[in-house]
Amino acid sequence: MIRQSRLSGLPESNPTRAEGLLSDMHLDLPLLTGLILLCGFGLLVLYSASGQDVAQIERQLVRMALGFTSMVILAQAPPASLRRWSPWLFGASILLLLAVLVAGKMGKGAQRWLDLGFFRFQPSELTKLAVPMVVAWFLAEKALPPQWKRLLIAGLMILIPVLLIAKQPDLGTSLLVASAGIFVLFLAGLSWRFIGGMILVAIPSAWALWEWGMRDYQRNRVLTFLNPESDPLGTGYHIIQSKIAIGSGGLYGKGWLNGTQSHLEFLPERTTDFIFAVIAEEHGFFGILVLLSLYLFIIMRGLFIAAQAQDTYGRLLGGALILVFFVYLFVNTGMVSGILPVVGVPLPLVSYWGTSIVTIMAGFGILMSIHTHRKLLPT
Amino acid sequence: MPQITLKNYLRESRLFRHRALTAAVVILILVVILILRLQQLQITDHSHFTTLSRENRVKVVPLPPTRGLIYDRTGVLLAENLPAHSLEIIPEQVQDLEQTLTDLAEIITVEESDLKRFERLRKQRRRFDSIPLRIRLDEDEVARFAVNRHRFPGVDIQAKLLREYPIADQTGHVLGYVGRISEKELQEIDPSNYSGTSYIGKNGIEKTYEDQLHGMVGVQHVEVNALGRVIRVLESQPPVPGEDIYLTIDAGLQNVAMNAFGEENGAAVAIDPQNGNVLTLVSKPGFNPNLFVEGISPTDYQALQESGDKPLFNRALRGQYPPGSTVKPFLGLAGLETGTIYYNQKKFCPGFFQLPNHSHKYRDWKKWGHGSVNLEDAIVQSCDVFYYDLAYQLGIDKMQSFMSRFGFGEPTGVDLVGELPGLMPSREWKKEKRRAPWYPGETLITGIGQGYFLTTPLQLASATATLSMHGQKHKPRMVQARKRPDEPIQILPPEPTDALPIQSDHNWDDVIHAMSQVIEGPRGTAKLIRTESYRIAGKTGTAQVFTVKQEEEYDEDKIDKKMRDHALFIAFAPVEHPRIAVAVLVENGGHGGSVAAPIAKQIMDHYLLGSSQ
Repeated sequence: MIRQSRLSGLPESNPTRAEGLLSDMHLDLPLLTGLILLCGFGLLVLYSASGQDVAQIERQLVRMALGFTSMVILAQAPPASLRRWSPWLFGASILLLLAVLVAGKMGKGAQRWLDLGFFRFQPSELTKLAVPMVVAWFLAEKALPPQWKRLLIAGLMILIPVLLIAKQPDLGTSLLVASAGIFVLFLAGLSWRFIGGMILVAIPSAWALWEWGMRDYQRNRVLTFLNPESDPLGTGYHIIQSKIAIGSGGLYGKGWLNGTQSHLEFLPERTTDFIFAVIAEEHGFFGILVLLSLYLFIIMRGLFIAAQAQDTYGRLLGGALILVFFVYLFVNTGMVSGILPVVGVPLPLVSYWGTSIVTIMAGFGILMSIHTHRKLLPT
Repeated sequence: MPQITLKNYLRESRLFRHRALTAAVVILILVVILILRLQQLQITDHSHFTTLSRENRVKVVPLPPTRGLIYDRTGVLLAENLPAHSLEIIPEQVQDLEQTLTDLAEIITVEESDLKRFERLRKQRRRFDSIPLRIRLDEDEVARFAVNRHRFPGVDIQAKLLREYPIADQTGHVLGYVGRISEKELQEIDPSNYSGTSYIGKNGIEKTYEDQLHGMVGVQHVEVNALGRVIRVLESQPPVPGEDIYLTIDAGLQNVAMNAFGEENGAAVAIDPQNGNVLTLVSKPGFNPNLFVEGISPTDYQALQESGDKPLFNRALRGQYPPGSTVKPFLGLAGLETGTIYYNQKKFCPGFFQLPNHSHKYRDWKKWGHGSVNLEDAIVQSCDVFYYDLAYQLGIDKMQSFMSRFGFGEPTGVDLVGELPGLMPSREWKKEKRRAPWYPGETLITGIGQGYFLTTPLQLASATATLSMHGQKHKPRMVQARKRPDEPIQILPPEPTDALPIQSDHNWDDVIHAMSQVIEGPRGTAKLIRTESYRIAGKTGTAQVFTVKQEEEYDEDKIDKKMRDHALFIAFAPVEHPRIAVAVLVENGGHGGSVAAPIAKQIMDHYLLGSSQ
């Protein structure tokens, strides 16, 4: 209890100067430590995966700096303000998504970017924060667990941006946005009966869609999506090479900068989607265990912060954000190790994947804000 | 109200903690699943994926061995490997092959035939194999390509060794040539040993000694990236070069023999009777085997094929000619050894011979006859009537069995591919092949080396050698020594001697004496070549062309020349201690004594006396 209160920067402890600075800046030391370690490890891996491309490392460093800056900025904003901004942010992100859609139509082709001249902005990234915020805001207004009517409205708040992003098309991001919203619902106490009911409806309707709703080529697409190795020259090639990279890493790995699958370019997308395979190849099973421990530490700390939050909005938002972070991790590693279909989701904070780093770090800024703006309550 | 809010707060907080805990448990379960999956990949199946990873990056590149060299008996180089530059393309690495070929044609000469060969090879080989577009680039072309190389990814110049025959025209029929491995040959060779080899012996020594000349392939394990580019060499096992081969052939003698023919076509074979070494083997006209190494151009090939002189036809080995009168010493010996006649037994030659109760006259070449002749006279003057009578008395069966001992009618077994057996006719042969009985008249013309009787020049030379050695028969051979890499020259022991059964040595001496009189006697048919330097024993022959069953069609304007008789001459020397046995055939040359014998003389002079020039 003493440790916790010290780290949360509460005044009754006897903080050192550094800790005092951290608490002044509304930062959470364990989370910050975890994030810095993860980013540092990510840079080392990227250095190897990129073929020791210093320019790429510099660009990643710039993104990380942007990410940490947005984290610090958001950590200063009290949760109450965040809560007030939530509907406006959501509205703005929907408008931006529509703008991307229109721009894409005019530009003849799929588009995810909005070119602001000096800066290319991806509205779907903003949605990753806006959707859980607005749902948390909406649900926190009334007592929990939510009623059916409110659930339906919250569902629409999730569905609209998800469909807009899926239309770009960006399956990975729409999946992440959807899960962010659904996690808020789940944490708000969505009844188990409802969850079970949804599953019961989903399975037969999926079957019906398969049986009657699809043509053969569509079924084939689904099959390759579910089992990429049936298409060894297409998406299957990625998975096959990725599994070879992971498997050949063994217990201890081939050593940093010594991964043959990555350095001889057998592994595609080795700095982005498949960077996890590079880690597994070069650092082996033990390296992976270390990496997963780091992630688990961050996730568990995040869940703890959410559970410690003093209001429903903070709890729901914080919990949802950290669960989405886990979804990033699991969808990416599951894909790379061949137990999940191929969906373009980065390994959080490690993949060379620009805007996602900023969004994720912003999410951690919100978590820190929730944790450090608590008021002392009598217990 | 605050009471209710607080209650709400506690309830909601409890609800949240419950849900968060559920989430934490689910997260842990999923992480455990992930770890189990990684454990399966990285620990359980580690060796499997290590193998796959190694197969990905390590490629085995064959290192072709250097082909063995071929020398003559004196160490003159007959077949060597010279560096040549070829332009090769790896189709897999070329974006637009059509465009690349068009662009390349602007820098170097690319002919229609080059493109055709390239297309053919491209279909046969794998996409990542290097396929030659042009061979033997000249230095200008090499330089021009080097400057433009950046424009052509997947195209490169390869320096490699090409087979070269320095004295091509005189050795083509002996050496044969190498050429690109054909589909059919691919079935018969060890694919791993030939994995880096483009050429294989197609004919002659190159084919017969393919196994020795080729050597053993080496391997190089290289690390490649996903594009197939070699990053570094991991390990290397060098190839074992092929053996060098020292022929029994004498290049100088080959040259002399070839030139001795002048404008004539034909064949000459010389054998060392002491051991069966083939000293020269000439078939004229010769051809240039260098044309075949990189695949002969259709025009060149057509020219060779359509030439009425048939330069590709190895007359010494595959030309089957009636031996004519050159069989007379052998048949005379048969008469003596079987006791059918004795040496001084005289017969009267009226210019023709008649079978009992037959009116048909078998004519002598000398219309008015030789008068009373014994065996020596019959050999020296080549009396046909004497031999009609001898053949009649011997009968085909005895003749066939005796002549077969000298190797007539069967391949000599020389170490050259493609040898034909000639034909020593017999009753059985005729019954089987012609479905007809043997007629006595056929015995008579067999007795003067005509009719069905066919021999190759090589057979004649071999039989002459055997005769000169009193029945000590050696299988002719082309190779006398070899040199394995890093080993001294190894002399190959001569073929074992096969001694023919002998009734009386006198008989052999008598026949040899008669043969010496062919040159030395005042009425000898080859007295033209008599020399004081050494003694020659020989026999002339004339083979009538109209009995020749050859498949070729003669050009009309050449028909006169082509209808003339083939001139033959067999000889050995010195008589006392034979060192060389020769058989010469001049196609449509006319008389053996005047046309073929001088050629044999030049060969023997060169061999026994050194340069005859």
